[in-house]
Order: sequence, then structure tokens, then C-alpha cells
Amino acid sequence: MSPAVDTTPASSPRPATARTRAEGTGARPILEIKDLAVDYGYGENRVKALRGVNLTLHEGEVLGLAGESGCGKSTLVYGATRLLPPPGLISAGEVLYHPADGSAPIDLLRQSDADLRAGRWQDIAVVFQGAMNSLNPVHRIGRQLEDAIKAHRPKSTGKEREARSRELLEMVGISAERVRSYPHQLSGGMRQRVMIAMALALEPRVLIMDEPTTALDVVMQRQILEQVQDLRDRLGFAVIFITHDVSLLVEVADRIAIMYAGEIVEEASASDVYRRPRHPYSYGLLHSFPPLHGPRRELQGIPGSPPDLQNLPSGCPFRVRCKHVMPECADVHPELGRTAFDEPRREVACLLHDAGHQVPEELSV
Amino acid sequence: MKFLFRRLFFYALTAWAAVTINFFVPRVMKGDPVQSLINRYQGQIDQDAVHSLYVLFGLDKKQSLWQQYVEYWGQILHGNLGISFTFFPTPVSDVIRTSLPWTVGLVGMATVIAVVLGTLFGTYLGWRRGTWADSFLPVMTFFSSVPYFWLGLLFIAVLAVAFPVFPASNAYTPGLEASFSWPFIQSVVQHAFLPALTIVLSSVAGWILGMRNMMVTVGSEDYVTVAQAKGLPERRVMYGYAARNAVLPQVSSFALSLGFVVSGSLVMELVFSYPGIGTQLLAAIGAKDYPLMQGIFLVITLAVLLANILADVVYVFLDPRTRQEG
Repeated sequence: MSPAVDTTPASSPRPATARTRAEGTGARPILEIKDLAVDYGYGENRVKALRGVNLTLHEGEVLGLAGESGCGKSTLVYGATRLLPPPGLISAGEVLYHPADGSAPIDLLRQSDADLRAGRWQDIAVVFQGAMNSLNPVHRIGRQLEDAIKAHRPKSTGKEREARSRELLEMVGISAERVRSYPHQLSGGMRQRVMIAMALALEPRVLIMDEPTTALDVVMQRQILEQVQDLRDRLGFAVIFITHDVSLLVEVADRIAIMYAGEIVEEASASDVYRRPRHPYSYGLLHSFPPLHGPRRELQGIPGSPPDLQNLPSGCPFRVRCKHVMPECADVHPELGRTAFDEPRREVACLLHDAGHQVPEELSV
Repeated sequence: MKFLFRRLFFYALTAWAAVTINFFVPRVMKGDPVQSLINRYQGQIDQDAVHSLYVLFGLDKKQSLWQQYVEYWGQILHGNLGISFTFFPTPVSDVIRTSLPWTVGLVGMATVIAVVLGTLFGTYLGWRRGTWADSFLPVMTFFSSVPYFWLGLLFIAVLAVAFPVFPASNAYTPGLEASFSWPFIQSVVQHAFLPALTIVLSSVAGWILGMRNMMVTVGSEDYVTVAQAKGLPERRVMYGYAARNAVLPQVSSFALSLGFVVSGSLVMELVFSYPGIGTQLLAAIGAKDYPLMQGIFLVITLAVLLANILADVVYVFLDPRTRQEG
């Protein structure tokens, strides 16, 4: 049984631990996704949903993953955790998990089933998209909280597990009495909080949140996000936060990766992405919602529609919708690399940043 | 609780309707039981005998329909279902009492076995869909698509005639005294084996398919993915999360099929000359034995209702969502 979690009230001043540590350059990587490729289906007609994605999550940081629907955000984390439903297939790559004791990293994709099961929830826990259906309708909340603990801490007694599940519910602001409730007796927001409590049951080092607030209203969304940030500051886990809501990400994330058509097109700190986008697609995404602060700016959408993954254009997949398109975009596939301004800790996949090109003004602020 | 009371009220209403229809149907038909009995003896009954028959059947009194209806209810509540023509003068309740246990015992057992086997197989096939195990399905559906009488005859031809391992007919060796002695039980089991086997073979495919398809549906539910992500042991995910939810529709189908247990597999009882209620029903129809038909219909109706009550109760235990007051 893990030690009891500190249950300081949610209003306590936020300690400046995790966030500053993540922003400093010294944070150790905890999860490294390397060249991950995922296909749906087999043979000629397979859809290449993910094409060689590289992503590194550092200890204690919140990494945001944004992009349009169908760009592969969810596929990326399902693939990395080996939870892909059929016909999804991981066709290449590795996912390295760095254990807490500093021993050699483990490739999750090549782990045996038994080891994988043992590590799940303990190391990496997931809060899924559909909060409404994430709970088994026929079992009580308490039982579902407890069975995860039981599976990973077989020596714990029933009493300890019950105490822990009550404590977890209190931690996310739900009355401990609710352990006796069935899922249908809870509201959507409560169910999502139960899922968060469940994900934190074993104090994982990585928490993956797949559009955790999409189905909730804005008030509930804010409450839950504040709660997650608060818990993150206290418990120090790292978060991968997936959403299509970039404005939300700018607030909660330390670093943001923008995805387009199964690839990452830009990766940088949240404030850099927000203030100084370097990729035309990031620029488009950021200008498709009104800013909350600062001067008013004109809203612009991104012309065209998300690409058909079965029939991608040659070269850069974004070129057909890009207003800065150049002749060579049709031939050369841009790789994620340094920006034209050689900024540290940020990467972009766009030919405009190659030597010999003039970066448009809006992308060079 | 409110839920259960509402259901019980509904069932009482249905039972009342069934009994009432049972009362009226023979009364709108032409002729009376005495006439049909006279026809059976081809008119060789003298007038005194005819009169005493009318007295026996309670048709001598000039009663209003309402009085008859009230009396009918009184008779039913005392378990008196009238007198059978075919087995004259045995009361209908006695005829049913001697034949019902055979049907319920045999078909009931076979149904339970088919449901349990089918659900277990279906759980496994649904969980491991797309593997070699799927090739089982066509074999099982073959058995259920073959006409039942043909399947029964085939098994008799092979296992009772060509290789006489099992008896071909009857419920026990004639001449044995019905008792709870070992030789009698052995004989009953031996006689029941072939009918039970054929019933299981012909019905198990439906249970397998039903469960398998539900497992496939439930398998893609978010809570199953969550259970996997939690790193629960696979057996726990399979039984506690997937099968536990997939089994709910099976329970309702099982309750419905329980009703058919009582009506018996008519064809099975014919093919295996089994002395169950199906055989009696056929005899009653052949002889226009209205009291017996009525009695059997009543028992079947009540059995279906009872099975449904049972299913409702079980469902309330299995699915917490039905417990919600609404």
C-alpha cells in the first residue's frame, strides 16, 4: 500500500515545484516516443494514421497535444500505451519508459504481456475521452477504484483499499460516501472526476488525459482542470494532455506539440507557440479562436478541410491549405528540425525555415 | 421495491386476462363437451347416460355467464380444471400432474445445459474473435439449422438402432416401478440422454451467437478499455467487465425460453415417444379434448408469466440501473 496522499485543501497556495522544474533544461525524460507509426487495417488500403512521430515527455511537465479531429492525437497515446483497438496496428517505432529508480529505459512496445499489465496504471495511467462510458455500469464506484489497487498491490487488505478509495474521492472533491454509488447515479462531471481519482489511485508517474473535459460544460471544465493542475503540483506526475482546444492548452500546458495528418509539425513551449507560432498550421489554429487577453485580432480559419489520410498530397501534407506554399513543397517532405532563428528547445517541420528562404512576417515575430 | 410491485401488478393483470380468455374461448365454440363425447361413442349412449353426463360436466344448471365465470374461478383456485374426455374420467389436473414433471425435468435440464454451455462458449469466442475458435460457429449453426425431427431420427438411427447404446423411446424402462431407487434413476437418465443431447445440439448455437455478439459489442465499450489500461488480470477484464455486461440480454432470452420448457418440445416428445405434456397436448387436440387443452394452455400461460417474474427479479439483481425509481 502506498503512503497516504497529502490531502491539503485545494485552495492551498501552489508550490512552485513541478512547473519550474519542467521549464528548466535539467528535467529528465520519463517517456520517449520514437518514430512511432500506426496503421489502421492491412495491405494497400491501410490508413497510415501516425507516420514516424517523435515526442519526449519530461518529469513533472504538462505536455499538450493539439490538432484537428482525426490528426492522430488519440492514436498516438493509444499506440504508445498499447491500447489501440483493432484494426489499429503499430507498424514501427519504440516507446521508452524511464523507470523511477534510474535503471535502463524499457521499451513498452516490446514488453511481455505480463510485464505490460504489471506496469499499467502503476507507471502510466489514462483518463479516457468518454467519461460517460468509462465506468462499468454494473459495479459500484468503490469496487472499480479498488480493483485497480488490488491488481497491483495484492497484499493490501480490503479495509486499506476501501480507505484509499474514499480518500481518492475526497481528493477530487466527491463525498467519500459515493463509493457505494453506481455510475448511473453520478453526473457527467462527477464521473469524470471519479476517473481522475481512479487514474491517481496508484500514484502514477505519467497521466495521459485524452480530451478529459470535452463532454463537460465550461464551468465544470475549469473546475476539473484546476483540480488536475493542483494535484499535479502536489503529486508531481507528468501529464500528456490531448485536446483540440488550443486556447485551453495555452493555459494548462508547459509545452505544446501541434499535430497535423499523423505528424508533429511544431513543438515548443506553450508561450512560444501562443505568441510566436513558427508553422503556418499552428498560426492558423491559433487564429481560429479569439484571444482572451491582449489586443483584438481578426479571426481567420484554415481554408480547406482535414486531409484524407488514405490519399495524402506529396511532399508536405499541409501544402494544399497553406497560404505560404512554395513549388518545392510538393516534392520535399519537411522534417521536424530547428527554426530559421535557431531558437533553443523548439522545433518545426516546414520548408520555410530551411536556409535560403524568407520566413513570412507573421511567422517570424 | 416500487418497481417490483408495479411489475407484479402487471403480471396479475396478465394472468387474469389469460384465465378469462381461457374461460370464454370454449364457450363461443359450437357444440358442448357432452355432444363431442356422444360423437366419440358414435351415439351409442342412452338418454339417461347423456343426462348424467350433463350433470357431471355441470352443464345441467341454467346459469348466467357471470355465475359460470365466478364458479370457474372458484374451480381454478381449488386446482380443479375439469375432466378430460380422452382419459375419461380422469381429472385434467391429474393428467397434467403426471406428464408435466417429465417435460419440465428433461427439457428444463436440456435448456439450462444449452444456456450455460452456449454462454460460456460465446464468452470465449467473443473475447477471442478472429482466431481459429471462430470456425466452431458454422458447425454449431449447422446443427440448429437442421430440422429437429430429422436430427432426432438420425440420432435414434445411429445411437439406438445401429449401435443400441441408448433406448429409442419412453421415459424409463417399462415395468420398472417409479421410485427414487438407483435402477429407476439410472433408467430415467439413460432414456433422457438422447432427447437432451439433441435439444442441446439444436439450441446451443443460438446461445453461442447471442453471447458472442454481445461480447463483441461490449468489448469495444470504453469501460473495457479502461479495465485493460488499469492492468487488471485478463480473466478479470473478461468476466468482471465484458461478460458481466454482455450476459444481461442472455438472461431475458433465458427467461423467455423457460416458458417454452413447459409447453415442451412437442416434436421431441413425438420423435422419442416421451410421455410429456407435449404428447398430451397433441392427443388433446386430436380428440377435441377441450378441458385438457384448456388446462394445458392455462399451465403454459402461468409458467411463462412465472418465468418472466423470475427474470425480472434476477435482472434487478444483475443490473443496478433497473433499480432506479422512475
